[in-house]
This record gives sequence, C-alpha cells and structure tokens, in this order.
Amino acid sequence: MRGTNLRAARGRLRGWGGVTGMAVACAVTAAFTLLPLAHGGGSLGGQDTGRAVTSAVPATAEACTDPEASLPASSADGPTIQKIRERGKLIAGVDQNSFRWGYRDPETRTLEGFDIDLVRALAKDILGDADAVIFRAIPTNQRIAALEHDRVDVVVRTMTINCGRLEQVSFSTAYFQAGQQVLAAKESDITGYDRSLAGKRVCSAEGSTAYEALKKESFGAVFEDEHEDTDQDPDLLTVPNQLDCLVRLQLGEVDAVVTDNALAAGQAAQDPAVELKGDKPFTTEYYGVAAKLGADDLVARVNHVLEDYRRGGADSPWMRSYREWLEAGLPGIEGPPQPKYRSN
Amino acid sequence: MTYPPNADPQRERAPDRPGVPVTVPAQRGGVRSVAAERLRAAATTEPGRLQVIGAVLALLVVAFGAVTALEVSGRASAADDVVTRSQPLSADAADVYRSLADADTMAASGFLAGAEEPRDVHEQYETDIKEASRLLVKAAASTDTSSPSGKEITTLNELLPQYTGLVERARANNRQGLPLGGAYLRYANQKMTNELLPAAERLYAAETARLSADSADARRWPFLALGVGVVALAALVWTQRRTYRRTNRVFNHGLLAATAAAAVVLLWLAVGHTVARAELHGAMVHGQESLDVLNKARINSLKARANENLTLVARGAVLTADGTQDRYETDYGTGMKALDAQLRSAGKLAGDDSPGSEPVARAVTGVAEWQERHRAARSTDDQGDYDGALKQIIGPEDSTGESFARVDEALRQALAHEQGEFTTAARSGRGALGGLPAGAAVLAVLGAVAAIAGINRRLSEYR
Repeated sequence: MRGTNLRAARGRLRGWGGVTGMAVACAVTAAFTLLPLAHGGGSLGGQDTGRAVTSAVPATAEACTDPEASLPASSADGPTIQKIRERGKLIAGVDQNSFRWGYRDPETRTLEGFDIDLVRALAKDILGDADAVIFRAIPTNQRIAALEHDRVDVVVRTMTINCGRLEQVSFSTAYFQAGQQVLAAKESDITGYDRSLAGKRVCSAEGSTAYEALKKESFGAVFEDEHEDTDQDPDLLTVPNQLDCLVRLQLGEVDAVVTDNALAAGQAAQDPAVELKGDKPFTTEYYGVAAKLGADDLVARVNHVLEDYRRGGADSPWMRSYREWLEAGLPGIEGPPQPKYRSN
Repeated sequence: MTYPPNADPQRERAPDRPGVPVTVPAQRGGVRSVAAERLRAAATTEPGRLQVIGAVLALLVVAFGAVTALEVSGRASAADDVVTRSQPLSADAADVYRSLADADTMAASGFLAGAEEPRDVHEQYETDIKEASRLLVKAAASTDTSSPSGKEITTLNELLPQYTGLVERARANNRQGLPLGGAYLRYANQKMTNELLPAAERLYAAETARLSADSADARRWPFLALGVGVVALAALVWTQRRTYRRTNRVFNHGLLAATAAAAVVLLWLAVGHTVARAELHGAMVHGQESLDVLNKARINSLKARANENLTLVARGAVLTADGTQDRYETDYGTGMKALDAQLRSAGKLAGDDSPGSEPVARAVTGVAEWQERHRAARSTDDQGDYDGALKQIIGPEDSTGESFARVDEALRQALAHEQGEFTTAARSGRGALGGLPAGAAVLAVLGAVAAIAGINRRLSEYR
C-alpha cells in the first residue's frame, strides 16, 4: 500500500514537472525550493542534497529520447553510498535462473554469471571487498518494487534500459548490448530473421519484444497459439519464459526460437545442437544497472565502476567476464558498448 | 396331498357336470367355441367358479413370487455392483487421480532437493507412476473402450509416458546443473495439470456417476412386485370371505396358508427393500459423498504442494498473464482456498462421527499451519534468501513440507475411514436383499399349492 501511494505521489509530481518542464529546468531557484519539498514528502526522506536534486531535474523533465544516457561517472560519496558503507554490505537484486548471467548452480548453491561478476566489481569498488555482497534473488516482476521498497541497493539482472522504466528507476550507462535474434538447430535450414522462417513454427515468450517483433513481421512463420491469451492457451508457441522455448525446440514441437541474444547465449550453452542464426540481432537494446530513482550518487558511482570495468581492451574485466560466461554461446563480441552520458 | 391329484381331472370333468349343455360344436365354431362354451359353463356353476378362482389365485401368487424374485434380483445385482464393481472402480479412478497428482508433487520436491534426489522421494514418485499404470490397466479391463471412461483411460495411457519422459529429461538436465531442467519440470507439470489431471478427473467423475446410477437402481422401489403382492393378498382375502359367507366356515387351511405365504413375501419384500434402501442411501450420503469431498480435498492439497514447490523451481521466472504475480504462487493460493472449502464441507459431512471428524479436524489444523509457514517462507524468499526459503519449504523440520505431510496423512486416514463406512453400509444394504429372490420363489410356489389345495377342499364337497 505504502509503495503505491508513493508511486502515485511521484507520478503526480512528474506530470506536473512535465508540463512546466522547461521552466523548471531554467529556473534553478524554483528547482531548489519546490523539488526538495516534494521529495521530502516522498520516499527519499532527509537524504536529499542539493547535488542530487539539481542533477535529477533533467531526468524527469525532458521527453525521453535517449534513455541510455546516464549521469556522468563520479566516485564522490553521497548519502546512498554512505548508507551502504555503514551497512558494510552491498545488497544486489539478481536473477538466479538465467544461465551464464545470474544462475544458482544446483550443485554448489552459489550464484554465478556475467551479472554476478559485475555486482562483485561494484562491491569491490565501494566497499573494498568483492564478497561484501548480499545477493537477493528477485523475480522479474519484483525488480522495480524491490528498489522502491529499499529491499536492494541495485538491480543487476539483464534489465533493459527503456523510457518507461526510467520513470520508476535510474539506470547506469549500458553495460551490455543485446538484441533479438533467431535460435535454431545447427542442422536447420533457417538462416535468420528472414524468409527462411516461412511456414516454420516459431516460439517466443509471452509479451516479449520477440513476440511483438513477430507480430509486426513474421515472414510467414506460425508463432501464435490457438486461443492465445485465454485459459485454453496451450502455451506451445508462446510460452511463459524464454527458456521454455528451448524445451519445445528440443522436443521438436517448434522449429525456431526468437529471443534476446544474450539469453539465447545461455540457451545455446545448454544445448550444443543449437546456435544463433543470422549475423547480428535485428533489434538493439541495452542492459543497465538499476538503482532507486534519485540515488544519483550511487548511479554515478556505478558508472565510475563501469568505466574501469570496460577499460583495458581485450584484457578488461568486462572482456574476461565475457569470455568466461558468454563467448561460447555468443561469440564475436569485441568489447562493451560505449557509455553515453547526459550532456547538461 | 389327497386333493391335488384330483385337480386336473376335476377341471376336465367340469364341463360334463349335469346341467351343462354339451352342445355339438357349430360348423364354423370349431375348438374355440367349445372352449367358450366350457368357460361359460364354468362361470355359471359354483364348482366351475371355484375352479376359476383357484386357478386365478394360484396364478396371482406365483406371479407375485416371480415378479418379486425378478425385481429383487435386479436390485440385488445393482447393490452387488455398487459393492463389488462400481465403488471399487470409482475408488480406483480416485487413486489414479491421486497417484498422478502425487507423482507430480514428488517430482517437484525431488527436483528442489538438488542434483541428487532424496531416495524416499524418488521411490514415492516411482510407486505413484506404477500405481497409476497398474490401476489404468485394471480399469481398462472392466471398461468398454468406446465408452467415455474408456476414452479417458486411452488418453491417460498415451500421456503418462510423455509425462515421465519430461520428468526424466528434467532430472538429467538438473543433474548437470542446467536451468533447462527446471523448464522441463515446469513443462511436465503443465502436461500434468492441463492434460493428465483433467482426464483423470473426468474418469473419476464418470466412474462416480456410474456408482450413483447403480446405487439409484438398487434403491428403486419394486413397485410391480409390491402391486402384484397386494392384489394377490386382496384376492386371497376376498376368496376366504366368499367361502365364509357361503359355508359359514371360518378357516380354510389351504387358503390360510397361501395368505400367510403371500403376506410373508410381501412383508419381507417391503422391509428388506426399505432396509436395503436406507443402508445404500446411507452409504452414498455418509460414505460416498464424504469420499468424494475428501478425494478432491486431497488432490487439491497435492496440487497446492506441487505449485508451492514450483514457485521455488521457477524462481520467479513465470508470471501470471497480467505480469504482476508469480503464477505458481497464485495457483497455490487457489488450491489452498479450494482445499479449505472442501475440508469445511468434509467436516460438516462427518458431523459427530468422531472417528470420521477427528482426522478432518487434524487436516484443518495442518492446513492452517501450512499456510502460516508458507507465508513465512514466501517472505524469506522475497527477501532474496533463497536457501532459507528452500529450507522452510522442503526442510525436514518446521517446513511446509512437514505440514503438508501431516495434512496428507490426516486425509488418508479420513478417506480410509469413510471407505470403511461406505463398504459396511453398502454390504449390509446388499445383505438385506440376500435370500429374498429365492425365498419369494419358494414361498410363492408353496402358497400357490396351498391355495389350490384350499379350493380343492371346497370342490370335493360337490362330488
């Protein structure tokens, strides 16, 4: 209950901010007097500082045209960093079901993957100890709520940066570039997201970007179940989770899968008989580290860590982690995406 | 024994009695007109009338016996079907249903425990699958393949190997530490929930409907037998009244014996059937209805348990259609709600019968404890402490698994008790009709003989 009230309050603030956006951006005085008041009544309590407020203005005010642009990197301490320091542990919301990204090995019971490595790098930088992390496995639908309710400091969980989410959370610079791609058996005559899909049964996750893409252009592929979105939906071609597509593919119930290539890499790693088809993904999306809206000191710090993480060419921590977890299923990546920063 | 041998010659002689005009058959009348003449003659003289009355009485009594024997053997065989065929089939169908649901629950529990499944969980899974296959073969043997039940059995026989195949793939992947195992397990669960269990449920419903039909057949009043019985008795009474009026003799031993025989059969029929009816009705109301509710409750508890396990297997990766809730958690809630309602009605059905209500009450307590522990486990998981939540769900102590086992055991006992109640009541219902068909036949023959003897006694007075 409390969470929805807060969100509503913030939404109201933002709507108001949108209308008078330019005015607020220009009139620094107004920003200094009005916003702290509004935030004070919101979720951030007394943590706000002038710095946080001023830099929060552009994020809320302008129309979202470049969602990947984040705050400039900075290693300066702020109230959020302070809190983490006092606690002595970074609390990270991660996936435990995404092979090669964030996955709990049933044998060792520990979490591992590309996302997990990044979390450890954050802990190492902020707290000086890569193991000073409390991992909280959070389901997909809890990613934003976990941040809003302060259950986690950051979410590192193959989370795509987009405008809709920017209204609820803050994102770091992009740490991975992904995109939709076709996955099929190595033997298959399917060559990618093209005419070779005609007449084939193609699997995608319900409500996913892949499904939307197929809806727009399916190249004659069969990709919708009978009784789609009803109780009789047999969940054969559109499935609850992308991994379910690999199950259908292995059972011969579908001929190809359209999914995020980053996740597809995890699928290919579990089945040597399948591979990504086509040269590159047919969409572009970026993964970012999410933090609570307004935790700008933390976002700037994460960006700072990412700078170091990317640095070093083929021997950068990023590339080392890539080679360990992702290269097998997702070969050919030569480096991380270039960060974009807000210009103001 | 002196009279009966005379019976036939007498009837033969009747037309020759003085005063009976023995007309030469008309040219066109032939045999038929001769018979008509004889009948007319019989109706106009007292001995003739007596002969007709005797014949009618004997016929009525024999008919009463025959109809009684026939109708009651129909009822008795329906009652026998209830006890020996349809109830066991319904119970078997319930067992198929339960075994399948249990197998699915065990598959999920074993999976959660890690690469190496606990031996007892694995064995329970194997037992469930074996039990389901065995019962399906048994049910197929006593079911017509083209009947609705037969079709469900075929469906189940086709789907079961598919299901076990998926579970094996889930195991193989899980052993290698691949998350694909979880996806296979969820697919297996989907097959079970969307295809196998509904088919098993339809089979159970069909068998239970057959049981209800057999029981209703056994309980139908034997109206024809009762009607003929009343008519026969009335005819006997009327004959004796007539005799009394004409001869002033109060008793005719033969007729009295016939009356007694008919009355005994009628009373036996009425009382026997009433008792059988009451017992069978009791078996249905107290036994079968409780069994039905308890069976459904047990299956819901199994489904809820499977969903609870799958919440951890899916690890938040599967959401409801609107994307706001965890699907398995939602299904768990639905199952628990149904379980709650069914336990309440089972409690009501068990009433004051303490051996019946005690396990139900234990199940209710178990469910409350289960729900409480589930909430705790859920909040642990939501905090991100997966291992902690796992302990609270499948751990050996203070876990929801322990509560579930308690509920399952209580329901098993309640079911065993109600099954006993049903069988006892249905057996005694069937027993109430035992011997009645044979008894009715013997008594009716004796009664008919006695009636004829009684009439002959009167007839001899005219010689």
